[in-house]
Amino acid sequence: MAEGIKDKVAIIGMGCTKFGERWDKSANKLMVEAFLEAIEDAGIEKKAIQAAWSGTCYEETSVGKSAIPLSITLKLPFIPATRVENFCATGSEALRGACYGVASGAFDIALAVGVEKLKDTGYGGLPQTDSQVGTSYRFAFPNYTPPGMFAMMGTRYFAQYGLTPQEGKHVLARITVKSHHNGALNPKAHLRREVTIEEVVNAPIVAWPLGLFDCCGVSDGAAAAIVCRADIAKKFRPDPIYVKSLQIAASSGEEMMCCEWDYAHVETTVHAAKRAYKEAGIKDPRKEISMMEVHDCFSITELTIYEDLGISPRGKAKEDIEAGFFDLDGKLPCQPDGGLKCFGHPIGASGLRMMYEMYKQLQGKAGPRQIKNPKFGLTHNMGGIPPMNVVSVSIVGL
Amino acid sequence: MVGITAYGAYVPLYRIQRMTIYQALGWLNPASLLPGEKAVANYDEDSLTMAVAAAVDCLNGLERDKLDGLFFASTTTPYKERQNAGIIATALDLRPEVRTSDFATSLKSGTGALISAYDAVSSGSAKNVLVCASDCRLGKPGGYQEEIYGDGAAALLLGDKDVIASIEGTYSLSYDFSDNWRSDEDKFNRTWEDRWIRDEGYGKFIAEAISGLMKKYALKPQDIAKVVYPCLYIGAHAGIGKNLGFERNQIQDHLFTAIGNTGTAYPLMILVAALEEAKAGDKIIVASYGNGSDAMLLEVTKNIKKVKDRRGMKKHLDSKKDLGLYEKYVTFREVLPIDTGGRGEEVGPTQMTILWRERKWLLGLCGSKCKRCGTPQYPPQEICANPKCGAVNEMDDYRFSDKKGHLFTYTGDILAFSPGPPAIYGMVDFEGGGRWMFDLNDCELDSLKVGMPVEMSFRRKFHDLARHLYVYFWKATPIRA
Repeated sequence: MAEGIKDKVAIIGMGCTKFGERWDKSANKLMVEAFLEAIEDAGIEKKAIQAAWSGTCYEETSVGKSAIPLSITLKLPFIPATRVENFCATGSEALRGACYGVASGAFDIALAVGVEKLKDTGYGGLPQTDSQVGTSYRFAFPNYTPPGMFAMMGTRYFAQYGLTPQEGKHVLARITVKSHHNGALNPKAHLRREVTIEEVVNAPIVAWPLGLFDCCGVSDGAAAAIVCRADIAKKFRPDPIYVKSLQIAASSGEEMMCCEWDYAHVETTVHAAKRAYKEAGIKDPRKEISMMEVHDCFSITELTIYEDLGISPRGKAKEDIEAGFFDLDGKLPCQPDGGLKCFGHPIGASGLRMMYEMYKQLQGKAGPRQIKNPKFGLTHNMGGIPPMNVVSVSIVGL
Repeated sequence: MVGITAYGAYVPLYRIQRMTIYQALGWLNPASLLPGEKAVANYDEDSLTMAVAAAVDCLNGLERDKLDGLFFASTTTPYKERQNAGIIATALDLRPEVRTSDFATSLKSGTGALISAYDAVSSGSAKNVLVCASDCRLGKPGGYQEEIYGDGAAALLLGDKDVIASIEGTYSLSYDFSDNWRSDEDKFNRTWEDRWIRDEGYGKFIAEAISGLMKKYALKPQDIAKVVYPCLYIGAHAGIGKNLGFERNQIQDHLFTAIGNTGTAYPLMILVAALEEAKAGDKIIVASYGNGSDAMLLEVTKNIKKVKDRRGMKKHLDSKKDLGLYEKYVTFREVLPIDTGGRGEEVGPTQMTILWRERKWLLGLCGSKCKRCGTPQYPPQEICANPKCGAVNEMDDYRFSDKKGHLFTYTGDILAFSPGPPAIYGMVDFEGGGRWMFDLNDCELDSLKVGMPVEMSFRRKFHDLARHLYVYFWKATPIRA
């Protein structure tokens, strides 16, 4: 049994740009912005960095392939640099690469940067690159967009748990209202306006049953983390954040090809969460996790994540949502920074952005969004579509 | 005995009222109004997809490996070079040892293909030959032809065993009578004056072919149960039969006001309708029209009672939806250059290597079935997808296109570009196992329910405008009729 990486790696510096429609900034400039904040936060010099991981998903509209754009933009001095890509979980993969590199003993200090430039396509939503599912599969895949693929989870969840579309949309709206409340408090968030249940429920449909406010922002942005060996972390700062677990699970094909999977949950989350809890030594996540940033690309995704993470019982997330369990002042605040919904979703940066909020919260630097005495923060970052995806679950703490 | 052993037909779901066309463009040509409605292919249908649909109807319950020939007749083949019949054969998952040919460029090529299939079986060079005829022609907006032309397909299986209607004789005429034409530069048909077509061509050639056939085989009008021929003009249609000595009840309904003139498929579609009502011993004459005429004599056998459940013409005619808007019609046919938005312009390169290599599953919708655990899976897998099995390279081919399914979940997507928004798609669980996600068509979002039964329909997936390629795949539709 592998011993895992619990408490072997610490995060000593983080940076995150404002997310949004950054018409005036290229992907490269966004990387610089996030990196400069991270290195200043860590209080180290650039030459201390021994390896770098670069995360970007849609290289067609961003910096291009490979880690070369990162090393050249940041003028990294001939150190190992690697580009990773795992759909919307790309940012978490960049962090995982850096952490595993340090945990292996290969490096003392490593950098992870995630970036995405989504607003150079000329149309709304994510870039329409149908061969992203493979050049053969593209001929057999429906004419889909991500909202539609997740909307099918709504259709199925409502049918499976006996919710009328009106009841279902009302529950989902409650999730959105919560995230908009948090996002409005966050100066770096893309969307900073509170909304009401009525506005959300009555918004134009994007993909039935999901409406405009059920969908996250499509944004430009970058985020960065500097990690080091846990035993040297306090040399750099008094309040490093320790990595308790970094887990990832990828679909096996049975969801898409066999008839057992119910399309009302995401199977990979269940597996990644179980492994993460075990690695971190979490026995009862509902009680022990202090806060979470989860992959709320769509409201229905967030609802099913509550159940897949084992926080809410199967089919019962509705009760926790309506009781305010996940609100900023609830028992387990979720999306304190506004989430993908309001902070925005520049694909390659999002996993690192989630960690940025956990990091700031654990250090007590989250301003008006500060959660009282958090101990463990969880990030959940999903890439792909419900039947075919990767999910990373990470836990960090003091 | 050689003749028809099975029949099938396809009429697209949508109809457009001729008055709808007239209301849009009648101001341009006030004398153009014709009665009734016509059948309209959906935006993802063409002559080739409709031929596949008619073939699937015809082959229902039959062993496809017995086919050794497939002839496709159409004046609107999607490709001028690249055999269209070969695409149909692959979509139908026929074995490669099959003789395929396209019969094109004349409206009588449907009957031409039928006579060639009859000759092939009669000579003993083939046992079972499938003939598909299909058309999807365009008249210029505002003109008569736009109101006249309808879309549809017929399929007839020719063989020498279990014949339901034997072919007893043929008579052909060929004239270079250019009433309708379309050169390689044309999208729309061109025509000469109607009075000339009616009086010198349409009104003469069918009668000449039928009377020639009757003389050749010493037949009198009272020997014939039904006479079948296309309709270009309603009044002239009745006149042809009357002048040949047939009573009104001997002339098979022309369906002009229900589907329109469906080109090469037209006489064969009317023949299918005649066969649906025929009884053993009936003699049927079918004649085509176009650059002359082919006439054929058929005699219905007692096997007609054994014809298994088919949609044919009757069920397809009963199952219809009004298209409503003329603008939809011209959008579906790519006559109106609509704004697809930036997302709609993003069509990736079509790789012919992939379409060739993966043809069995991308055109034939064939997956695999694990020999060890029996799990059907799509696309075909090397390693069994069943987590409890995991067998390696122990797969049989497994055809999904003829399996019914249930809609496991679905959505209607406004963000995705579609010529018929919303783009509806869903996950389909097949009866007998296996699942995949498919586009859905011929339905409205409000009519869908989780768990409802669906079937597979061969459609155009996209039109690669940069390379002038039509890319086909299967979609799910609610069960038709």
